[in-house]
Order: sequence, then structure tokens, then C-alpha cells
Amino acid sequence: MDALQLLVSGLANGCIYGLIALGFVLIYKATEAVNFAQGDMMMLGAFITLGLNNEAWLGLPFWLAVPLAIAVMAAIGYLLDALVLRRMFGQSQIAVVILTIALGFIARFIAGAIWGHEPQSLESPIAGMEVRVGGIVLGLDEVAVIVVTVVLTGVLYLFFSRTRLGLAMQATSQNQLAAYYMGIPVKRVHSLTWALAGAMAAIAGILFATKGAIDPNSGLLGIKAFAAAVIGGFGSLPGALLGGLIVGLVEPFSARYIAAGFSQIMPYLILLLILVFRPDGILAQVRQKKV
Amino acid sequence: MSLLELDNVTLAFGGVKAVDRVSFAVEEGEVFALVGPNGAGKSTIFNLISRFYSPQEGDIRFDGHSILDLAPEDIADLGIARTFQNVELFEQATVLQNLLVGRHRHRRTRLWQDILFTPFVRREEVRHRIAVEKVIEFLELEPYREKYIQGLPYGVRKMVEMGRALAMEPRLILLDEPASGLSVEETQDIAFWIEDMRKLMGITVVMVEHDMNLVRDVSDRVLALADGRVLAVGTPREVQTDPRVIEAYLGPEEDVA
Repeated sequence: MDALQLLVSGLANGCIYGLIALGFVLIYKATEAVNFAQGDMMMLGAFITLGLNNEAWLGLPFWLAVPLAIAVMAAIGYLLDALVLRRMFGQSQIAVVILTIALGFIARFIAGAIWGHEPQSLESPIAGMEVRVGGIVLGLDEVAVIVVTVVLTGVLYLFFSRTRLGLAMQATSQNQLAAYYMGIPVKRVHSLTWALAGAMAAIAGILFATKGAIDPNSGLLGIKAFAAAVIGGFGSLPGALLGGLIVGLVEPFSARYIAAGFSQIMPYLILLLILVFRPDGILAQVRQKKV
Repeated sequence: MSLLELDNVTLAFGGVKAVDRVSFAVEEGEVFALVGPNGAGKSTIFNLISRFYSPQEGDIRFDGHSILDLAPEDIADLGIARTFQNVELFEQATVLQNLLVGRHRHRRTRLWQDILFTPFVRREEVRHRIAVEKVIEFLELEPYREKYIQGLPYGVRKMVEMGRALAMEPRLILLDEPASGLSVEETQDIAFWIEDMRKLMGITVVMVEHDMNLVRDVSDRVLALADGRVLAVGTPREVQTDPRVIEAYLGPEEDVA
């Protein structure tokens, strides 16, 4: 059946949008800054994995390359906050936004300089493999994306509800001043949130490069993920995933059933409708901050 | 040795001296009140003790050690808790969750232990929950345990904030206008709780308060401030009858006549 294959590939894309959107929301909730380089961090995470893993580069085993790349991206996220973003304290939101856009450009340039501008695929052990479910052929890569996202969602849920650090992150995002008084090192928590967003970006990038080709401009996908985060409700972690899934599902189905060209604009059409009729997103959590 | 000492502390914003050569010492187990007109520097002193401001001159000591080389997040670890005039709670969380965050400084589990939910973590969780339940019982917050903060009445929110401070098991608690916005009955409850905090829990209390009845009822000593300077220190009666304090509150006598 055609629709089931569309569903699976839509869900798989949606998971990747959702994971990038999670990165947006994590950083926004913690620091009230929007990191427009989140998509480029995804691209960078993919290239670092590819550079470590592919035969043409370092040729490390896949299961070694993946945790290494995630750790490297987490470190990059941490250092970006500790060395760059922290200095923007007290500057206007727009200055931070422009800075993150600039960071995105830098990431694209660096990736292009190191790995070139030709699209490349990650040589993962599951590349090209297929699974049959009741007579339907599905790409193992797409199934893997969905499974990994589900597992990761569970881990994140446990992290935020059970661990001391996760609770400190939640507390910091709800009231920074009160968090200081509870003895939470707010600045370090901000940097660790960036580290987590970096790790999430790396995972999204690995999944993306497993099921398709990646080039330095792949990070522009972040714009769609941003739309997904707004649709889901900026400031809500479940909303980010939901928004990602909606955007992911809408694309293949509109490509299949509506006139050509519409699939490109459908996510933004939904974004527009959400902004008009439910401006805080589907799972709204953002409220007016008191002055 | 005094628990908290301010030694000749000065802090100026631009040319305005918010706190001007202020010295005082709070003894362990004391209830110490700061009074004075708006803008006298009371909240600024709280922010100095909390390390959100650094004094240009002078020293602040807690338990005999200077705290000026500490960061704001280190203050909780010394055992200093604070409530706010405008109530600073975690709004999208329940009363119970707010109080549990107050236990942060007592949590000693590591990330991997938390994730694996080891027996040690489980024992710790039980310990913190018991500590929090004691506070809930003390402040009679039982009906609100699972309620979200947003939507709770103002009086309850103030109690929750005080509860969160108590859950930290502090040695010193800074109360910023604990009675503001509360009814007469609620203010009487506050007076009882402050007494109990000192007597039953051995907590030293420093409070900023405008309600002179409450100040008289609970404080051992009062410090009156005006324009960042100390006017008088002493028992509530001594301070209230001090001519300089009366002048600061009511203006010079010729103006009154």
C-alpha cells in the first residue's frame, strides 16, 4: 500500500524535523534566545560523523564514530555558549539572533572547506537495507529514525523528570532568579543546555545522513524545523516533536495528492494558519512574561 | 561570633549611594528586622548578601568567613535562603515540585545514578520527600500539594515560597516583606511561623517589613535605614522612639507643624 510507505517516510522526516525543533526549544526555554544555527549544527554533526566513519576519511567503526561525534557536538555547543553567547548577556534579542545566524554561516563555510560541497552519504551499517512488513517494503533507515526518536524521547523524559541536572534545567527555564537562590549554577546550566542541544543536533544529523545525502547547505532544513517548533508551540518540548511530525507528514502527502509545487509551501501554509488562529502554537506554554 | 556581619558596606549606583557605610551584625537564633522608607536600601542589602551586587567598599561575612569571593549560586550552599517581595516561584510546576527544587542543595546523586534510578537514588528521593512533607505540614499546605502555582491565590503563593526556603533547611532566612499583601489573619499566622522557625528549627531570620505591628511582635532587634544609612539599631521600642527615625518617617518637625 502506497499510503503506508508515505506515512513511514513522512514520520521519518518528521522525526528529524522534530529533533532539530527540540534543539530550538531547549535553548529558547533555557536562555530565551533563538539559535538559528541549530540546523547548521545538525549538518555539522552529520559531517563530523561522516568524517570519522566513511572509508574516504578516517574510516573508524560506525559505533565508535557515532558517540564520538555526539560528544564533539555537545562540546561545541557547550563552548559556543561559554565563550560566545555568554558575552552577549544584556544585549538585545535581535543581536543574539543575528549572532546565531552568523554562526550558521561559519559552520557552513567550515564544513564546505573540510568536506567539500558535493552531497555525501553516511556509510552506516543499515544503509540500503530493507524490512518487509506484511508485504510492504520499508527502508530500514527510515524505520531506524523513528525507533531512535521514540527511544530518545523516552530518555529525555526521564532526564527532565528524574535527574538533578534535568530538574535544574527545568527550574532555570521557569525562573532564573529563583534558580540561583536554590543554589543552581545558572550559567553552567545554560552551557549544559547548549551541550544537550548540540548532542541532539548531532543525533538528528546522523539520522539525516543515514537516510539521505548531506551537503553544507543541508542545515537550511533548520528553517522547516523552526516552523515546526512554532506550529507545535515554541517553548513546549512535546510540541516541538509534534510540530516536526506534522510538517514531516504533510510534505509527502501533499506531494502525492495535491498539485505539484504545493508540497514545498504546505509547512509554511500551516505555520501561517497556526499563527493566525492559535498564535502560541498547538501545545502552547509560552505566556506573557511579567515585566 | 555573629552569624551574619556587614562591615562598613557601601554600594553606589552612578553617584547615588544606595547603601552607605552600613555595618550591623546578626546573632545566631535572632529575629532581626530592617525597616525604613521605600528606597532606603533594604532590598539592596538583601541583594548584597545574595551576591547579586558586589559592594564597592566593606566586607560581608557569614559564619566568620567573607562571602565576597562567592558566586550567587554558592550562597544557598552556605545555608542562606530568601523569599521575595513579589514572590519568585516556578510557575508551571506544582507546589510539591517547587518545594522539591528547594532540596537541590541537599541532592548528592550523580547523573548516571539518577538515570539508572539506583537504590541510593531511591533512598535519597524518600529522604527529600519526607523533608518536604514536614514543611507542607508545618505551613498547612496540604490542600495545595499537587496544585500548579499559576492560579493559586497570592497568600498561598507567599506561603509556598516560604516553604521552598524552609525545604532548603537554611541556617539564615531572608524574608522580603513577608506580610505585604496579606490579610490581618494571614499576617498573624506569619508571626507564629517566624517564632516557630526560630524556636523549633533554629533558623536565624532577617526580614524587611513595613508592618510595624509584625516587626514589634516578632523581632529581637530592629535596624532603621534611610537613604542607605543606618539611623538606629536596637529593640523595636528603642528604634520606634528614636527621634531620627521619627524624623525620617514623618519629616522634620517644623514641616509637621
